[in-house]
Amino acid sequence: MMHQEIIIAGFGGQGILSAGRLLAYAGMLEKKNVSWLPSYGPEIRGGTANCHVIISEDTIGSPILNSATTLIVMNKPSLEKFENLVVSGGIIISDSSLIDKKSERKDITTYEIPATKMASDMGNTTYANIILLGKLIAKTGVISVESFEQGLKKVLPQKYHHMIPEEIKALEMGMNY
Amino acid sequence: MGEKLLMKGNEVIAEAAIRAGCRHYFGYPITPQTEVAHYMAKRMPKIGGVFLQAESEVAAINMVYGAACTGVRVMTSSSSPGISLKQEGISYIAGAELPAVIVNIMRAGPGLGGILPAQGDYFQAVKGGGHGDFKMLVLAPCSVQELYELTVEAFNLADKYRIGTMILGDGTLGQMMEAVEFKDEENIVHYEKNWATNGTNMERDHNIITSIDTNPEILESWNLRLQDKYKQITENEVRVEEYNCDGADLIVAAYGSVARIVKNVIKMAQKEGIKVGLIRPITLWPFPVNSFEKYAEVTKAFLTVEMSAGQMVEDVRLAVNGKAPVSFYGRTGGIIPTQQEILDKIKSILNR
Repeated sequence: MMHQEIIIAGFGGQGILSAGRLLAYAGMLEKKNVSWLPSYGPEIRGGTANCHVIISEDTIGSPILNSATTLIVMNKPSLEKFENLVVSGGIIISDSSLIDKKSERKDITTYEIPATKMASDMGNTTYANIILLGKLIAKTGVISVESFEQGLKKVLPQKYHHMIPEEIKALEMGMNY
Repeated sequence: MGEKLLMKGNEVIAEAAIRAGCRHYFGYPITPQTEVAHYMAKRMPKIGGVFLQAESEVAAINMVYGAACTGVRVMTSSSSPGISLKQEGISYIAGAELPAVIVNIMRAGPGLGGILPAQGDYFQAVKGGGHGDFKMLVLAPCSVQELYELTVEAFNLADKYRIGTMILGDGTLGQMMEAVEFKDEENIVHYEKNWATNGTNMERDHNIITSIDTNPEILESWNLRLQDKYKQITENEVRVEEYNCDGADLIVAAYGSVARIVKNVIKMAQKEGIKVGLIRPITLWPFPVNSFEKYAEVTKAFLTVEMSAGQMVEDVRLAVNGKAPVSFYGRTGGIIPTQQEILDKIKSILNR
């Protein structure tokens, strides 16, 4: 039974919370059970943000994660804080344009993607979170690209809908990296 | 049922209130419940309702008192320190027998405390945080869907019994997003409010709403009437979820978001051959005494888990009445107990 526990973490402003929300929305559109829990503590104002996302074919108990099947990180403090929560056999996806450190864990798979650099080359650094989500989707199949696109349409206000093709392009870049 | 939406708990509380016919909201911002006010500020002006950010929590609860006197459906929301400020008004609302919905999305205390989730306001909510012999009906949802359903129900119950009704959640529940499915039409029960001070039209005598009476005999009869009402509520309005309790080696008592953690623990325990049950009070007052009495006869032990130093555990002990040992595990300060901690506690109780 599909059950994914995902922690996404980085600086405030990198789209950490919205990436999690997009993921959860897409999961819900696939009729899976989903939960999204943001960090809302004082640390969010000091710079770091994270969210816990669960997407499951099973019912979801607690939305609070004490471990994760996948960790997506967009800064070094988040990698250091969360890498030990990844279950053995799990995945870490990190933005290597911002993190110079590699995880020491040998029992997990690490994907290092220069997402912010790639997004910057596309002309918009805000796509970095989407590029990283692309890798998650490619490696876990947690949601489909189609559901992600549907979710974008639901979550984004109409005036941003013209950006959707670029977002999908970013997603596919991440999937194929 | 409509389509599923992904919404924040706090937003769902506000949407549910509007669906239940609430057009008057008075509040003051405080983390982690401010999204209730955000949502109300956005929606109320569009539907002819009132959103008012008061100058303080004390002002907000007195505005609730005033609006409730006129018979309209009214709500306020806050988090722990703000709810403390509202206690005087809550006691007056009880004394004047007014229907009102009060939302407390709890954070860690005491004092200003912190903004992370906690359940340290249980005593305040169920034992009467304000002065005098009064009760509030206290509902404790554990999911975003239940926040919706119980908020709508809170308005019906408040009107039915002319009582202050509290939604007691915590920061996790208020901040998280989950799928919610709204009904096409709400079950809004309309009660005649012939007591309301909403204008006589020169056709009836004035209604008087007050909580003062200096004649002790009259005031006592007033109190007895309140106690009668509380007895009725105790007999008719208890809500509880009993999960996996039959044949359980140990039953955990937990409410709100902690009950969800316990459901995960139950699965973990099952893998180790330990059968754990859960009694989840949905009404904290009235407390589901009967569920505990029933299982106290057959279960080896109870464990209460809270994000507090031990509050609901006192009601569990009263209900179990010495027929089985009742242990406690809690975390405070905004720390959420982990599944492993709870499982370890269960194993130590059962010597496994």
